Amino acid sequence: MMQMQAKLDTIPAALSVAPASIVKMQAEKLSVYYGAFRAIAEVTLPIHDRHITAIIGPSGCGKSTLLRAFNRMHDLIPNARVEGKLTLDGEPLYGPGIDVVDVRRRIGMVFQRPNPFPKSIYDNLAYGPRLYGVNKKATLDDLVEKSLRGAALWDEVRDKLHQSALALSGGQQQRLCIARALTVEPEVVLMDEPCSALDPVATIKIEDLMRELRNNYTIVIVTHNMQQAARVSDYTAMMMMRPDRAGEMIEFDLTRTIFTNPQDKRTEDYVTGRFG
Amino acid sequence: MSAVGQSASRAAQPILPRGLIKTKNRHHTRRITNLAMLGMTAAFTLFAAIPLIWVTVYTVMTGAKYINVEFFTELPASVLQGGGGVSNAIAGTIIITLIAMTISIPLGILAAYYVAEKPNTRLGLVVRFATDVLAGVPSIIIGLFAYGILVKPLGTFSALAGGVAISIIMLPTIVRSTEEMLKLVPRALREGSLALGAPDWRTSLVVLLPAALAGVVTGIMLAIARGVGETAPLLFTILGNDHYSVRQIVQSGVESGMTPIQILRELVLSPTDALTLTMYRYSQDPFPERVQQAWAIALVVMVFVLGVNILTRALTARRLAGRS
Repeated sequence: MMQMQAKLDTIPAALSVAPASIVKMQAEKLSVYYGAFRAIAEVTLPIHDRHITAIIGPSGCGKSTLLRAFNRMHDLIPNARVEGKLTLDGEPLYGPGIDVVDVRRRIGMVFQRPNPFPKSIYDNLAYGPRLYGVNKKATLDDLVEKSLRGAALWDEVRDKLHQSALALSGGQQQRLCIARALTVEPEVVLMDEPCSALDPVATIKIEDLMRELRNNYTIVIVTHNMQQAARVSDYTAMMMMRPDRAGEMIEFDLTRTIFTNPQDKRTEDYVTGRFG
Repeated sequence: MSAVGQSASRAAQPILPRGLIKTKNRHHTRRITNLAMLGMTAAFTLFAAIPLIWVTVYTVMTGAKYINVEFFTELPASVLQGGGGVSNAIAGTIIITLIAMTISIPLGILAAYYVAEKPNTRLGLVVRFATDVLAGVPSIIIGLFAYGILVKPLGTFSALAGGVAISIIMLPTIVRSTEEMLKLVPRALREGSLALGAPDWRTSLVVLLPAALAGVVTGIMLAIARGVGETAPLLFTILGNDHYSVRQIVQSGVESGMTPIQILRELVLSPTDALTLTMYRYSQDPFPERVQQAWAIALVVMVFVLGVNILTRALTARRLAGRS
């Protein structure tokens, strides 16, 4: 516990005390099923506007499954179904007549492994806007530059926009993917262990970037790395697997509280490294 | 040897010898066995390669003598006159292959998409099974089928009937290779596109197809090589036509004031010829010059098929090298 305390003292004060804020997304008794198997059981979780919410927990507890429910990525999987309520600005995302394309535009996603398209850097970034009918070169140029600057990648790639995105390093590719998610001007960005395939230096760059993005975007990050959750997030949700293998959320609070004064014994055990 | 190992050996008599084996004899036996086996496999490998080498060398040696410019540019001359070429067959093969490609490439790629995307639906399973069966159907039966559905109703042998038959031959190769390539495209790439709000069709077209393109092209090239080499499906479909000449058909069409569509119709619906079919006919001809020309055709077809295969190999190798 002493050790943990020492680490927590390095958390920037601004991040550790989150001001009262608007709830951007709200999950209420959200369950995800794969066929008959319940992967997530009745998660109730608020996502605060322009804050970073981290979802932590041991492997297999359903963190990614929950995150993917947030922008309806489960729609792609046959026999996956979602129950309960999920809202964005009060609108139900799983309600009738909701266009999944619109949901995914407003709620972007960054994946575990960088997944740039096998195209040029420019085309990777222009892909999203083109989907929504933006075809004017000047507008696209602007958007590309803006999103690359937003992802702190502009200076590194400004001279090679028309080279293959696959030639970039892993960390650069991941920042490209973040930039790509930003091109369609989402309100929420979901990040599924965005640093797990990256080295520490690249990880720090992504974390710095997340702090920047926090000013304009609502961010939800799934991470295995508790230090990362402690370093970057404002709120933390702790998940665990129940004996029936369904994932449930056992605690949600300000990150500082979760790491210093958790209410649940299991959270304490987990954040102090006693298991997991 | 560890303490545990020693106590274990005391408890039970060891089956395998302990320590390093120093016997010179053992070492020798093993080396000889190794050499013998290696030699045997090498010999059989060589044996397996002999037919290819033999066929290649023999065809080149026999056929090369009879290849000249006339062979490529002239229509067949009468046997008594001598000379002449097989430009009719070359044109026919090209036209037939183009027709076959026009049908089988879009059909094959779209079917492959479906099978790759929905492998476990009923239709997906049926299509995959049907493709496998189709690949095993004797090509002469496919020729008969094209005869039944096209030659009989239309009342004429035609390049179209030949093209349709060949397209059926090409289809399984294209479907299977495209399907495999699409499956190799990482799932993450799809999700990346869908997470931006892209609809399925757009993801497939703009992200998946380019990612799989090199492999798809490889499959198409192999299918073309296969199609060009086929004879049996053409026996009942194109008839053979010593006078098939694209230039003449177009010229006479223009002179008689036909529209481009009508000229195209004429090209596609006339009986035509093909290299393999001509080779088959000439090889049975009593006149030695015909037989010689058959050898020349054999060489041309072989060089084309071999060339496409080697080119495909080279492209695949380069792609794999580029990926790692």
